[in-house]
Amino acid sequence: MNLTKEEEEALDGKQGETLALAYRVLLAIGEATDADKLIPIEWAHLSGVNYNTIGDAGEEFLSHLSKDATFKVRTTVNPMGFDFDTVSKYSVDDEFIKKQESIKQSYEKMGAVPSFSCIPYEILELPKKNTHVSFAESNAAIYANSISGLKTNKEGAFSALASALTGKSPYSDLREDDNRLPNLTIRMKVEHRDELTYGLLGYFAGKVAGNSVSISGTRELDKRSCKSLCAGMGTSGRCGMFTIGESEGEKIDFDEKEMQKVQDELNTSESGDLITLGSPQLGLDEISDLSSMLKGKSFRKRCMIFCPRAIQGQVKKMGYDNEIRRAGGEILYDCCICLTPLVNKKDVDAVTTNSVKGAYYLKTSNEVDVNLKNLKQIIQEETK
Amino acid sequence: MTVKVIVRGKAKGTILVSKTPINFLGGIDKKTGKVRDKKHDLFGKILANKILVFPYGIGSSVGAYTIYSLKYNKCSPVAMICLKSDLTTASGCAISNIPLLVVGKNEYESLKDDQKVLVDAMEGKIL
Repeated sequence: MNLTKEEEEALDGKQGETLALAYRVLLAIGEATDADKLIPIEWAHLSGVNYNTIGDAGEEFLSHLSKDATFKVRTTVNPMGFDFDTVSKYSVDDEFIKKQESIKQSYEKMGAVPSFSCIPYEILELPKKNTHVSFAESNAAIYANSISGLKTNKEGAFSALASALTGKSPYSDLREDDNRLPNLTIRMKVEHRDELTYGLLGYFAGKVAGNSVSISGTRELDKRSCKSLCAGMGTSGRCGMFTIGESEGEKIDFDEKEMQKVQDELNTSESGDLITLGSPQLGLDEISDLSSMLKGKSFRKRCMIFCPRAIQGQVKKMGYDNEIRRAGGEILYDCCICLTPLVNKKDVDAVTTNSVKGAYYLKTSNEVDVNLKNLKQIIQEETK
Repeated sequence: MTVKVIVRGKAKGTILVSKTPINFLGGIDKKTGKVRDKKHDLFGKILANKILVFPYGIGSSVGAYTIYSLKYNKCSPVAMICLKSDLTTASGCAISNIPLLVVGKNEYESLKDDQKVLVDAMEGKIL
């Protein structure tokens, strides 16, 4: 990979150890992915925020790094493990809380926007089309490439962090226009469509597709289905982008049979003793919908609803908070279903959710069983 | 000689060869640098100050932080040489400033336990 004179100097430590570290990461990842240069990016979104995902070693690293590092471009961060406002109501051990606090402080000290959200594309103003960004959260990377008109690879925690510190990223894979062209089309053949169907389609697509895929047999997707598709796709493979329509190359069908296979892999229970909504976190539109759907109803069991802090003011002002709480829902900010210590197998055997991504992590990390249902079904069957 | 520099630097040391891939997260004790995965061929060995030669890294990308902890706790290898590049080892060596080379099959197979070598990950040479 070719570096400019300035980049070489930074790599040599002439601008301090933090930048040397960041350029070492960019060079290492650039060499490993056959990039030939670095290009500027305008926005980094970081993963590796939840203590459950980075552990003690990650917490220590960020604590050391934040002593003199500052982010160079707008930098947003993924959800944490829990909501500090309500954590005392749950059984989270003190050590976890202490470590999470340290991680939060490290990111904030380096200048991160305290978004603690996996849907940065929904809560922040977007740069103009074709702008390069560096998103480590997989659903956000796919959404940015496919819907927001931005360009990013499906970054890892370190490449996005190095991008935040330098404002640069290796020019490779989905940053190059030729690589954005899909060479596989998945034909959507399932008749009944809702956000769960699209989540399952995404999970299937992630497994079979390369960097980019076409999806045909479907028109405009509503936001809930679209987010679900992105999240499912990001969970199961390396695919970082989809386009609607048919492309040249191989074509395969996603039919009832294929869908059943994915469903059988993720759905391990007939029912759940807890409901979780929000992986990806619910935005204001979805909270507004949910609040309407819950009019005159109340949940038969606990229901945890995960949102970004950015919408909290509106959620309260519009009365959604009251309505959802009246129906027995618990709204949590700054966290999401994935790897939260708020759901653990000591207290629950199985969780009902409409999130395919949530299902995957609940099963593999929280080690609980999962009952997959679409939102409409959840409201019909789990409220009175 | 097919040598690719992933993380630059120079280091002298004694080679420790691992026949199987390494999962840094969980497989290595980050306080001592001791291999604690009982099923691993290096079980019980200490990575500190060695030139670690292994096929490639496996497991969670969080393993990169384990490499950083090894360095921070002064028990990391002084350089690593792999057969294939993987993002966990690449990121881990980059944040920890540990020289890392990826070499071709012939070079890889010529590296033996207890050889004393100089890894020149500036020029891309093993001397």
